[in-house]
Amino acid sequence: MSRVLSFADAISEATCQALERDASVFVMGVGVDDSGGIFGTTNEAYARFGDARVFDTPISEQLTTGAAIGAALCGMRPILVHARNDFLLLTLDQIANHAAKWSYMSGGRLKCPIVIRGIIGRGWGQAAQHSQSLHAVVAHFPGLHVLMPSCARDAKGLLLAALEGDTPTVIIEHRWSYGLREEVPAEYFVEPIGKARVARVGADCTVVAASFMVTEALRAADQAAALGIDLEVIDLRTIRPWDVETVCASVRKTGRLIVADPGWGHFGLASEVSAVVAEREFSSLRAAVRRIALPDVPTPCAPVLEAAYYPVAADVLRVARELCGAELAALQSHFVASDATANGHAKPFAGAF
Amino acid sequence: MQSARTVSLTDLYERALLIRRAEEAVVDQYAEQNRLLVEKKPLTHAIKCPTHMSIGQEAAAAAIGFALTPDDVIFSTHRCHGHYLGKGGNLRAMMAELFGKETGCSRGKGGSMHLVDGAMGMLGSSAIVAGSVPLAVGAALSFQLRGLANVAMPCLGDGAVEQGLFTEALNFSALRKLPVVFLVENNFYATLSHVESRQTVPIPDRGRLFGMPSVCVEGSNLMKVYEAMQELVQYARSGRGPALLEVQAYRWLSHVGTEPDTGRMRRTADELRAWQAKCPIDAAERELRDRGAGEIVESVKARVSRDIAEALVFAKESEPPMVRAMFEDLHAESQR
Repeated sequence: MSRVLSFADAISEATCQALERDASVFVMGVGVDDSGGIFGTTNEAYARFGDARVFDTPISEQLTTGAAIGAALCGMRPILVHARNDFLLLTLDQIANHAAKWSYMSGGRLKCPIVIRGIIGRGWGQAAQHSQSLHAVVAHFPGLHVLMPSCARDAKGLLLAALEGDTPTVIIEHRWSYGLREEVPAEYFVEPIGKARVARVGADCTVVAASFMVTEALRAADQAAALGIDLEVIDLRTIRPWDVETVCASVRKTGRLIVADPGWGHFGLASEVSAVVAEREFSSLRAAVRRIALPDVPTPCAPVLEAAYYPVAADVLRVARELCGAELAALQSHFVASDATANGHAKPFAGAF
Repeated sequence: MQSARTVSLTDLYERALLIRRAEEAVVDQYAEQNRLLVEKKPLTHAIKCPTHMSIGQEAAAAAIGFALTPDDVIFSTHRCHGHYLGKGGNLRAMMAELFGKETGCSRGKGGSMHLVDGAMGMLGSSAIVAGSVPLAVGAALSFQLRGLANVAMPCLGDGAVEQGLFTEALNFSALRKLPVVFLVENNFYATLSHVESRQTVPIPDRGRLFGMPSVCVEGSNLMKVYEAMQELVQYARSGRGPALLEVQAYRWLSHVGTEPDTGRMRRTADELRAWQAKCPIDAAERELRDRGAGEIVESVKARVSRDIAEALVFAKESEPPMVRAMFEDLHAESQR
């Protein structure tokens, strides 16, 4: 049975089903038991399972990350939640030096199946330390899985898949995805880790996107269709390991690639996808690969700057037109400045989230 | 709740001697390797990883194996040979690991700094100072969540006390009354930097600040260290919360490697001699002989020597990993 659920409610439902099904699952993090319940994703779990299994922690992110690892080494399946993925930087030693390496350093004899959720903030002037997209930072390390669901169904299915697996997993969710609604199966199910989703089939140009950039890319595809450009949108879903085969198959079909990354361009997801496609599918490409990413500065606060900062559907559309219309344009800058005038689509926020 | 087991001085002596002799075997192996290198002769079997020796610090490590049960867990540091063997870790697998063999406890992936023996509750060692402390806290959290009467022990040095993570761990384990016994081995030096130049308060004061029983003992008497540890372990096991044990014991050799570092910075020959005169293993042997147990001492020595000789043969004769094994063990899912 399916019904329409929001992204946030899908996470909440997955969390409750995991707690119900597996006694080793527990949830901890700063504020998971408060009335906000991490934007509505943990309060039902707290109400149903109580503070024995859903509990607040001191503001000691490094410690709680290590504690999650230690508990996992002893057979538990912790979900550690950060209201902002920026706080992952405080815990990078535990994630990268410990969780990512414990199986390898023990010759595969130990496993630490932890799940860490971190949320990307955006808008209402959250500025430089509450809005980063740090998927590329964590995805750098062998030994981890890094997931970025863009829709409600995947938010549920990927969280449950991460909890079934034995690999330490970081799930990075976008705050702006939380209100997206779609049909989500009511029953327990898992989505495969490492498998991209073709979100829209098209023939002229492949757009590989992740997280909220999938939403922007799908909007761009609708607009492009009106111009006679048929975009194929691939939702990567898993950042590490990412689905090279699905992306390459699409590029072989379309001959053009745009990678729309919610993070920075330098040393990032878009760069990685571009490099691998260039290595593997050079002969299929009819134009240079194009990256759409954040400008190479921290997030500014002032409304006019913030509005100009984020790439949106119009940017995807513009690059698609350059690639499909006049291929010479691809020789210009690989980076695309965002189009401030096209930012009107974003759902207005009343702030303080 | 498990009751305290009766432990004899002979038990502690044998465990401490095993740790001492195993590390001396590593020292000897390095000397032999260095000789061959100077003579430009081929190295058939070699230890090629940084080794952090604990010679002089065996008392705490030996006590671990008797104050804790096999179901209790420990986590260790780069200086982990003693904790591993103390907890009952497999000697052959340790030696094979040092020699980089497939039969090593970490299949040759970890080396001296990352010994692990899951079956014996030795759940790994981190070379990041204080890095494994929160893992022990998490293990204790799992025991509490499951209602198990087990104890987790992070083994750390005096340097780790200075990390913010250590204070986070004290606070969290005290807050949740977790069954953790923090074992802080104070050998006074972080490489060459003396603790007095790094810290402001005695180490047990940090535990007391969070309301936990915190005790300091000198690592020169095997039984006294065991008794202190046993008492704190029983406290933690009873559900009353965490505890802290500082064991002061000098590291006879350099921070890393198999040579002494006497004469460097504040580390003087007098200081070393004074601590060598308080050697816990020599003291135990004297006491056993005074009790008329000289024959037992001799049989312990023979058994330890035989076990170590066998472990060395096993390590040297084991095969190195296949190169393709580099890509194995990253994810537990891909296990054989």
